[in-house]
Amino acid sequence: MSSITTRDAPRGFSASAYMTCLTGIVWREGLRFLHQRERFVSALVRPLVWLFIFAAGFRQVLGISIIPPYETYILYEVFIAPGLMAMIQLFNGMQSSLSMVYDREMGNMRTLLVSPLPRGFLLFCKLLAGTAVSLLQVYAFLIIAWFWDITPPPIGYLTVLPALILSGLMLGSLGMLISSGIKQLENFAGVMNFVIFPMFFASSALYPLWRVQEGSPYLYYLCEANPFTHAVELIRFALYGQINWVSLAVVAGCTIVFMIAAIYAYDPSRGLARRGPAGGEG
Amino acid sequence: MTSPAPIAEPRETPRPDPAAAPALSIDGISHSYGPRRALIDVSFNVQPASFTALLGLNGAGKSTLFSLITRLFGIQSGRVGIFGHDISRTPGEALRLLGVVFQPRTLDLDLSLTQNLLYHAALHGISRREAAARSAELLARIGLSDRAGSKVRDLSGGQMRRLEIARALLHRPRLLLLDEPTVGLDVKARADIISHVRQLVTEQGIGVLWATHLFDEIMAGDDLVVLHQGKVLAQGPMSRVITEPGAQDVNTAFMRLTGAQTMPGGGP
Repeated sequence: MSSITTRDAPRGFSASAYMTCLTGIVWREGLRFLHQRERFVSALVRPLVWLFIFAAGFRQVLGISIIPPYETYILYEVFIAPGLMAMIQLFNGMQSSLSMVYDREMGNMRTLLVSPLPRGFLLFCKLLAGTAVSLLQVYAFLIIAWFWDITPPPIGYLTVLPALILSGLMLGSLGMLISSGIKQLENFAGVMNFVIFPMFFASSALYPLWRVQEGSPYLYYLCEANPFTHAVELIRFALYGQINWVSLAVVAGCTIVFMIAAIYAYDPSRGLARRGPAGGEG
Repeated sequence: MTSPAPIAEPRETPRPDPAAAPALSIDGISHSYGPRRALIDVSFNVQPASFTALLGLNGAGKSTLFSLITRLFGIQSGRVGIFGHDISRTPGEALRLLGVVFQPRTLDLDLSLTQNLLYHAALHGISRREAAARSAELLARIGLSDRAGSKVRDLSGGQMRRLEIARALLHRPRLLLLDEPTVGLDVKARADIISHVRQLVTEQGIGVLWATHLFDEIMAGDDLVVLHQGKVLAQGPMSRVITEPGAQDVNTAFMRLTGAQTMPGGGP
């Protein structure tokens, strides 16, 4: 132990080292989440308010015709449940990505980034860990929603999982890309106003798109071009054991593009240098 | 263990000889934040099994330099080598030989001591079983075995620093960087940390770069690098850095070198 033996250290890393790293990052994120009960509660309260209050109020206003994947008339609550699941992921993705770029989480981003494994891989692990946390939130929401008569087929709880992983990664990468690329959006209020609300409202989360088309064709095209719409539809179909191929293609494509761009654009010096001269502490 | 995945490296780069290379070589590093120049042509080496103090006031550029060595910032000009591995070209090989204690605390306060260590080990791809063994061993060495399961939040400032040093040693680095590790600690905790790190140098042959603005942390026999307003003003064995400007102690030497009027905090 006392002599310097760098010469015989193996170069590179084994596949198991990568796996250890990935599970370690996800494990830590999960542990931290369990310790932050307020974060969990607020992540749940938001969609439940929509479900219990907004949906109850709008149930009489909006009639929903039978559209795939639904096979019967459904309550408005049932229609917006997938949209609210995606909303949970949208908030979670934006929140965790914002804290990766700006200094709130800078201390532990430092420890993460001095790992000798490739930086792109570390950021991917971090995005996956954020997605894992969003899964906990979404499934907790589904359990409560079940008591509110939102009862997809049992197999749906399993088939929705891959859809949620993909949409979680897409929204997390988008959040990271936005926070790295747009300097003005460095606080959560900005992201709420300019990203979350427009994405959420210009999507199929709250109303079927044929209704939007009746009202305004332009808005319809905007909704169709919104990746969040496709995340919602992917989740909606998967929850009923079906695949919406167009949405799958859009979400998968966006995930790849956003993630590569986000990893490329990620610059830890932004969160550090912003705090003042010489990285904050001389 | 499966066969290691090679890390891409340009072919023309000869494989460095770690035994001959300095633990850390800083070569012509300059760095700017916009128009403001934080580091200007900084060059120095840290040898294996040596204690090098990087002395500078707040704002001298110490933390910027640390961010460059740890690859947090991209290098604008110059070169950083760790045992001959270029941090820009082969960061994986360089970073695995490097342990860091940053100035701001970077522990997860709500996680236990052991959980913090296991997380760090995972970041280095160390298997869970090996990580558990090393964590237990390191906690014993810093005298915190009985606190292994408590939350980090419940530790004192000195204990947290000791834990951070243990964490930095978990992957058995050959070079240890510490950025003002004693800031905010009481006299006893400071002395403990300093003697612990000096022990690592003499007993394990680790090269240490210790950034500080506190003169009394430097001892005869240390190497000294004086950094002021982004420039290296003097470097070498402590005795030479003191005598060259005709001073009797570090404090006076520093003032003569920098032309500073006021004595920085921590001076005797």
